[in-house]
Amino acid sequence: MLAILKTALRAIRRNVMRSFLTMLGIIVGIAAVIVGVSMGTGAKAEVERQIASMGNNLVIIFSGNMSRGGVRGGFGMQPNLTERDYDTLRREVTGLAGISPEVRATVQVVAGNQNTSVGVWGVSADFAEIRSWKFQSGENFTETDVRNAAKVCLIGKTTATSLFGEGIDPVGQTISIKNSPVTVAGWLASKGANTFGQDQDDIIIMPYTSVMKRLSGDTKFRAFSAAATGPEVMNDVTNQVAAILRQNHQITPDKEDDFSIRSQQEMSDFFNANNRVMTVLISAFAGISLVVGGIGIMNIMLVSVTERTREIGIRLAVGARARDVLRQFLIEAVLLSIVGGALGILAGYWLAPLLTKFAGFPTLISTESVLLAFSVSAIIGVVFGFFPALKAANLDPIDALRYE
Amino acid sequence: MRPIIKLVDFRRTYRNGALEVHAVRGVTLDILPGEFVAVMGASGSGKSTLMNTIGCLDRPTSGRYELDEVDIGELSRDELADLRNTKLGFVFQGFNLLPRTSALENVELPLLYCRPPMSAHEQQERALAALEMVGLSDRADHYPNQLSGGQQQRVAIARALVNEPRVLLADEPTGNLDSRTSVEVMGVFQTLNDQGITIVMVTHELDIASFSKRKVVMRDGLIRTDEVVLSRLHAAEALARLDEEQRAVHLV
Repeated sequence: MLAILKTALRAIRRNVMRSFLTMLGIIVGIAAVIVGVSMGTGAKAEVERQIASMGNNLVIIFSGNMSRGGVRGGFGMQPNLTERDYDTLRREVTGLAGISPEVRATVQVVAGNQNTSVGVWGVSADFAEIRSWKFQSGENFTETDVRNAAKVCLIGKTTATSLFGEGIDPVGQTISIKNSPVTVAGWLASKGANTFGQDQDDIIIMPYTSVMKRLSGDTKFRAFSAAATGPEVMNDVTNQVAAILRQNHQITPDKEDDFSIRSQQEMSDFFNANNRVMTVLISAFAGISLVVGGIGIMNIMLVSVTERTREIGIRLAVGARARDVLRQFLIEAVLLSIVGGALGILAGYWLAPLLTKFAGFPTLISTESVLLAFSVSAIIGVVFGFFPALKAANLDPIDALRYE
Repeated sequence: MRPIIKLVDFRRTYRNGALEVHAVRGVTLDILPGEFVAVMGASGSGKSTLMNTIGCLDRPTSGRYELDEVDIGELSRDELADLRNTKLGFVFQGFNLLPRTSALENVELPLLYCRPPMSAHEQQERALAALEMVGLSDRADHYPNQLSGGQQQRVAIARALVNEPRVLLADEPTGNLDSRTSVEVMGVFQTLNDQGITIVMVTHELDIASFSKRKVVMRDGLIRTDEVVLSRLHAAEALARLDEEQRAVHLV
């Protein structure tokens, strides 16, 4: 065995350039496997992180029917969720851990001599809990603040940095929103970018009453965020919400909903489906490259068998059985392809972080993908090396010895 | 004494399209252990076909061939390979050493395929011993391209001997060598033969055949003469004579 390996290594070393070029197809293919799989896993982990950052067992109710006419209207153009809907849902839906309405306004915010334009979210006191906002310092506003339309706010990390500077605790400071002073009650811990790449930390959160009354003049909500008490009641909660809203909005059974309900699971499924498409595409590329690489190995092994016909003849003459010759050439092909595979894995390790750095794709190289790549390259060696090895093994010793 | 090689009405026919070529047309031949046979003949006489069959590289079309009392007509490819490995040693005209492979590793080659497998250490020891027999133990790590023709042929002989075969088969072993080296190689053969190894050698050089004990001449696929070599040459004497002649013309 050791001797066979030695012979195989010698054969590869004899023609380093040729061996390397032969391996190139495998190197590219395996690197593509590593990078592709790492993009898939990286994207999946990123989506999971982002979905988790949205909250736990989250149900979002948007105004307007988002699936109607194939138009994804995003956040309903004409908000139609009312204060009454909010009260009914809060009172009547069982299995809710919390619920909050949402209104939004984009306003100019001033603090000292700094100012920035920022989206202000008007929500209830449950919101921070529902959407998993953590506090860097300070605390949430209260239901009393909501009832009183108090001039308090929570401030996101990016916004705080623009207004007060990096790392300065804004809690207790006063900012000016539309010329009225608002006290900063809480400094939100960073969440990073969301699935659409938007910075979630550029945000000011206020009681919805304050936003509606003082900033936007809205009377209806664009959405509700609700949290179920557990994953098992998600469906039940969704059904209850739909029933109540249909009743409140007086929708007859033959009409479509004028609202949309999205659960967290649906959202993560949606994004993961996107990622799967990407992974499948890259896998297809990798597969093609691996097949091409395998054919390259087969080609060079056929050349090698022809070049070494006389050597094969000598081996057969001194007593090598057909299977000894088969094994020798098979091992050589497998060695070529797994060395190529190993180089491909190294290339993948080197390329994946570059991809993250320059193209912003999240990547994560898993042990599974490395093992997969390695086994794939070994299998390619066996599959594509078999035919040339068989050709070598079936040579007639007399003809092989006479071969010039 | 039972023959180590026994051919009975051996025939070998090659089919080339519609054409049948009768390379050997009925050869009956017994070779006893310890013989040193030279097979002579023009090209096309069937001597190579005969050698290929004796070497278990080929099988008779009809007739019998028994090597050491085993009928090889019945054997599979693998069984033939095992026979070549254990009972036969080959020496070729073109040496047929593996290039870029040391003399020692070349000699080890047959041991790679012996069954049961031999330890690497034992392989090396036996290969060294075989090189010692042909007087090349100091060249064990030389590559073929660092050796002279005579030395390469002696490495090839060592390779043929390493498995302690019953029969040494040599196909034109001196074909690529000058006269002095040829005599040296014959010296090695005679020494081995004296130690009991049966040798069958194909040659077309009469003087080389004179180093053997028995001369078989083939023509048109049949044996024409089969006789004992009467005025047998001895390599040591022949070498001494060569030295003398070369000294006379100041070659050495």
